[in-house]
Amino acid sequence: MVPDNKHLEITLETQVESVNLAEEMCLRVAEAAGFGEDDCYRIGMSVREGVINAFHYGNQERPEKKIHLAVDITPEKLIIHVLDEGQGFRLADVPDPLAEENLLSTSGRGIFLMRAFMDEFDVVPGRTGGAEIVMSKKLPPPGGGSTNGQGGQDASPHQGA
Amino acid sequence: MSLRATHRDAGQVTVVDLSGRIVLGDGSALLRKTIRGLLEDQRKNILLNLADVDYIDSSGIGELVSAFTAVKNQSGDMKLLHLTKKVRDLLQITKLYTVFDVFTDESTALRSFS
Repeated sequence: MVPDNKHLEITLETQVESVNLAEEMCLRVAEAAGFGEDDCYRIGMSVREGVINAFHYGNQERPEKKIHLAVDITPEKLIIHVLDEGQGFRLADVPDPLAEENLLSTSGRGIFLMRAFMDEFDVVPGRTGGAEIVMSKKLPPPGGGSTNGQGGQDASPHQGA
Repeated sequence: MSLRATHRDAGQVTVVDLSGRIVLGDGSALLRKTIRGLLEDQRKNILLNLADVDYIDSSGIGELVSAFTAVKNQSGDMKLLHLTKKVRDLLQITKLYTVFDVFTDESTALRSFS
């Protein structure tokens, strides 16, 4: 049997409005895939944070650069890719927002939230030289309806920053 | 839903009633403008009523922290009232729940400023 994979991608302008657009698009995909309200919230928030990261840190808010968003649905999970056209970064270099000295920082929580809200999260070098965020969430069980509970995790962060 | 903000005086405390989403863009900007305006008017005891705020992203969290720091730097105080579950969970996982004074009752919150 051929796996029922679906792929959707969109190129976004480097502007604030792209954050809402990306969130709305991915929420529709997540709802159609059967995710419940709580998981949709987590997925939507993670997409927002990924695009904010690309908009602000990756593309440095430069309008000539683009943000590339892709969504894949495999039989097992929803996978989201957010690619910027910046210089790239290493996860190990991202400060821990839970460290005492960073608690009152006004930024730097986006990566933390994506890690907390998704089942898998990574940052890899992008094909355009920027950073590519890759994150996924397991699909809810067929016929089992939504995973409005903890969605396979307890909203506490995975290890790391 | 974009953010709306109104404020009312309760003695020495200004209660800011917020509704909508505190997110990157207009939402965060409105919160910043509101807090700056109050500080310019020497209203330094601020209670943010978040009962109708059901969504905050990392930019909104940053704006809350920025507001808190700005108020503290002017020897004032900023506290939070009526967190929705999503907002409370967000502040808990970011460890900010222990930074802010959070109340579930307005009269108790107002008394805490004296």
